[in-house]
Amino acid sequence: MPRRPFSSTSPAVPIPVNDIPRTRSSPSSRSAAAKVAQFFSSSPKAVSSPPGYLTASASLLAAQEQSNARAFSPSASLPTISLSTATADKTSDTPMMLFSPPSPEAARKLARQHAEFGPLGHPSHQYVSQHPKGAEIENPIEDEPPYYYLLTTYISYLVLIIFGHVRDFFGKRFKVETYKHLKAQNGYAPLNDDFDNFYVRRLKMRINDCFARPITGVPGRFINVLDRTSDDFNQTFKFSGTSTETLNMSSYNYLGFAQSEGPCADAVEETTRRYGLSSASSRMDAGTLDLHSDVENLVANFVGKPAAMVFSMGYGTNAAAFSTLAGKGCLVISDELNHASIRFGVRISGAVIGMYRHNDMRDLERLLREQISQGQPRTHRPWKKILVVVEGLYSMEGTMCNLPALIGLKKQYKFNLFVDEAHSIGALGPNGRGVCDYFGVDTAEVDILMGTLTKSFGANGGYIAAEKHIIDKLRYSHAGSIFGEAPAPPVITQISTSLRLIAGEVVIGQGEERLRRLAFNSRYLRIGLKRLGFIIYGQDDSPIIPLLLYNPAKMPAFSHEMLRRKIAVVVVGYPATPLVSSRARFCVSAAHTKDDLDRLLAACDEIGDILQLKFSSGLAGGAIPLAPGVTPEMEKERKQRGTLVTVPPRWPLEEVLKRGVKDVQAPLR
Amino acid sequence: MDLHDAYVLLNRSAGELSTRFQRVPGSQILLRYIKSSYQNDPVRSVVELCLFLFAVRYLLAPRYSTTQKGAVELTEDEIDELVEDWTPEPLVPGLTEVEQAENEKRPVIVGPTGPKVKLSNGRTVNNFASYNFFNFVSNELLKDRAVQVLRNYGVGACGPPNFYGTQDVHMDTERDIAKFLGVPACIIYAQAFSTISSVIPAFSKRGDIIVADKAVNFAIQKGLQISRSTIRWYEHNDMDDLERVLEQVKKDMARKPLTRRFIVTEGLFENTGDIVDLPAIIELKQRYKYRLILDESYSFGVLGRTGRGVTEHQNVDPQSVEMLVGSLAHSICSGGGFCAGSPAVVDHQRISSSAYVFSAALPAMLAVTTSETLKLLEGNPQVLTALRENIRAFRTQMDRCEYVECTSALDNPVCIFILKRDGLEGRVFDNEEKILMDIVDEALANGVMISRVKHIHETQGTKPFGWQCVPSFKACITIGHTKKEVEKAGSVVRQAVGKVMARLKK
Repeated sequence: MPRRPFSSTSPAVPIPVNDIPRTRSSPSSRSAAAKVAQFFSSSPKAVSSPPGYLTASASLLAAQEQSNARAFSPSASLPTISLSTATADKTSDTPMMLFSPPSPEAARKLARQHAEFGPLGHPSHQYVSQHPKGAEIENPIEDEPPYYYLLTTYISYLVLIIFGHVRDFFGKRFKVETYKHLKAQNGYAPLNDDFDNFYVRRLKMRINDCFARPITGVPGRFINVLDRTSDDFNQTFKFSGTSTETLNMSSYNYLGFAQSEGPCADAVEETTRRYGLSSASSRMDAGTLDLHSDVENLVANFVGKPAAMVFSMGYGTNAAAFSTLAGKGCLVISDELNHASIRFGVRISGAVIGMYRHNDMRDLERLLREQISQGQPRTHRPWKKILVVVEGLYSMEGTMCNLPALIGLKKQYKFNLFVDEAHSIGALGPNGRGVCDYFGVDTAEVDILMGTLTKSFGANGGYIAAEKHIIDKLRYSHAGSIFGEAPAPPVITQISTSLRLIAGEVVIGQGEERLRRLAFNSRYLRIGLKRLGFIIYGQDDSPIIPLLLYNPAKMPAFSHEMLRRKIAVVVVGYPATPLVSSRARFCVSAAHTKDDLDRLLAACDEIGDILQLKFSSGLAGGAIPLAPGVTPEMEKERKQRGTLVTVPPRWPLEEVLKRGVKDVQAPLR
Repeated sequence: MDLHDAYVLLNRSAGELSTRFQRVPGSQILLRYIKSSYQNDPVRSVVELCLFLFAVRYLLAPRYSTTQKGAVELTEDEIDELVEDWTPEPLVPGLTEVEQAENEKRPVIVGPTGPKVKLSNGRTVNNFASYNFFNFVSNELLKDRAVQVLRNYGVGACGPPNFYGTQDVHMDTERDIAKFLGVPACIIYAQAFSTISSVIPAFSKRGDIIVADKAVNFAIQKGLQISRSTIRWYEHNDMDDLERVLEQVKKDMARKPLTRRFIVTEGLFENTGDIVDLPAIIELKQRYKYRLILDESYSFGVLGRTGRGVTEHQNVDPQSVEMLVGSLAHSICSGGGFCAGSPAVVDHQRISSSAYVFSAALPAMLAVTTSETLKLLEGNPQVLTALRENIRAFRTQMDRCEYVECTSALDNPVCIFILKRDGLEGRVFDNEEKILMDIVDEALANGVMISRVKHIHETQGTKPFGWQCVPSFKACITIGHTKKEVEKAGSVVRQAVGKVMARLKK
């Protein structure tokens, strides 16, 4: 395990180096902290609560904290059997071993196989990812922390910035050599602006060991993180040559196709032997193989469009796509949280760009009415066309686009719709066919369906699917098809085999199982985290689960604590998110078993106590299931009347694990 | 009600207001402050009153709107009507005649690519259209190694390099490329095309100056466009013109603050095939304090004694090129691109080059293939000699053709041919591209697959950016063919040109 290279001025929470029992969370001190936190608690969305709410919930919280502490005292004194610190190698006692061949060779092979894709623990650990028919689509509620956390977050950044400037001030005078690259020298302007570089140099550098951790092997259910240390405060890293097997909550491996064995890898091997590794040209020159034509038909069939084309890079797919679809005199309206590749592509196209608030259909309608009625700036000529670009599933928020509402607006305002399914293809819908499948929308309603092949299919590249005449035109004007290299034959085979698996054409049943396991895992983890009291963003069925941390120092602390428990997570902060809402992001995979998620929940529960992360107000769910005889309608009515008190959820871990499987099947509360 | 009553009412309500005001905590302090400040300095009170009024106005004002000033006020009904009336253009325009023809003729290879390929119409032809110069595609050693990697790493990296997507093999490959080139550091990208169009904007921002060759390829053009820098063009490969432009910039910027300045050019040009004069550019860039971004997509692996590119070919220290960008998808026949340079240059890209940050990492199989291929290339410099012999054999055949001329450098395996202007004189034709298309078809009918140099024409009314290239066709030479086969192919193409041109004779 890597040492934690902290600078002495780092404001991060001190972390015990050894695995000492975590008994320091005594109930009295913790509830005191909670009371202080509660003092500031005035979440704006909870204003309508009755006046007695504050004290009632505080006492309830304290009671829960006490019960939590009691529940944990036995396991806290026995860290070796703590679920969260157990090693990853648990295959020896799973029921699957009943069928294991006797030889140690085969056992090793099976263990390796399970390290890439965990076996299904119980048939009940499955769920169908589908929007309930006829149900209203509501944007998920974004819970807000008590003002105390926002305030300390701003103070933290302030402290970091002040420290950074102080260090710069003295550094520039006493360590001229290290600042040379920021100053003009020898008649050359510096490559980095001092100002632009400040954030990277003084803030990101502190927690650089949490980013870009190199790995080895397959990024499947478990991931081998290379151990590294830094002696110079994260400027450089030294590799010890060893690696640690950690639970992989970070890779975009939604359907678990990151595997080095199984039908996909076998097919890829065969293709590699036959075709080599390249078609040595671009698609428009002489790089089109029969494999490419086949996979394009498969993709088109899969997403439900008449034609499709594939590219060797997902980013490049978007970056060059918009020059054909829009240009001068056209308007591209983009969700404010759209991916960088879309922004790059639209900027190159020369079209005018409009933005609306994330997933806010009212704001979009307002913008459409304004733009259509006013026309182009200054000249007031009508727009040639309007293209609305959304993502199916947003990678930092875990939210889905409101596709039915977009289709409604599209009919009224006659714009074209481009849906980027980078994260949603394979990950959403009863058949894994993306956001259209999830909402039960006819794909003919969407003009362009774009997606990547990197994420759910364990391959690389991107695709665009649309009507045939659009694809034909794109072949001649999309730079990725004319100048970009054609996708490599092994990659193409990985795509086509995984597509066939999902569609149930080969190894019948496996694709379906993957889809259902992903849907179950997503909901199970989400409901568990919400019940433990974390603030979680996104829709309930989304496999991207952001856990809000807020304070910048909690990013490295969370990442280190997780790595100590052998779990690899991604932490993100500004500029990828708004300044205050730093977060950890879990990407759930079909390769995870319920045990893996339980391990993660236990780890989150412990770390949540250490770092004081459990501050959800209960507005976004996690409440106890409805009492028998109470219908959701009755509850809704009570909510409207204002008699419903939202209790902040702080479930004990056992209860979460006990009830999780059953409660996944019902709508999350 | 008379005036007196009104006065009493006013008095009473004023009295009530003042008692209420006095009950507010802190009101006495405010009053005292206002009284004393007015006595001391009446002007200050006026200013403060103005400030107070401004604050009230600011707080009450509607939120700042970014809508354009000249917006026409419309009622909801009018907007509804305008929405009803608005008819957008179709999403994409129809295919042009050339595009339609090309769509039907696009070759589809059945089975692996190589020196000889089987097309979907069942014919087997000699392939002179792939960048498979050293026939690495059919190398069994590389395939074995790739399968080995597959069994340890799977296919995709399932994440961007900064989110657990960097595998140890990526770091090894980066090191191998850097070592091969003789530079300190290197970074690999997942696609060759996106590499340079992302490297340029990572360094050059608004206000910076880029001086670029007019004939640079499409990827560079996009990179220049997205960087929003000030762009100055110099005539293709004209060092005097470059010096003139640099001098001009120096004059223009004499009194302005120092900004980053870059020269952008290619090693072997994609559009014309000729070679850059690197020593002259290095000399100029050092004299005028510019940094050099060199696109070696076509020269890496091809030029020089051991394929180290144009720096080796022209005896230039590779470290004097600040950003050396290359492709692993062309001569190396794996996939992806790279940018080599100093550690500072490389580290900067790891956090601010968008095609690196926002895209999944290169599949491990392709990364390892790159390393292995470089080893092969380093250990067998004779493949380069063999390739050059084949190029010469082909060029000798084509030199006898009176209608076309080759614009490529002698060592460039991508031989680019343009129609001679005097050969075209007096002939009736409406589209030069069509003639080239006929030549390509004619050669294919005789068993030799060549292709045209493709361009993207700006369709949607945007202004042309850069240079409009002369239509041309190209033949890519490989050592997978024997010298005899190459000579034969040369004569086939020559005859195809002759035949097509003869048809034009009127």
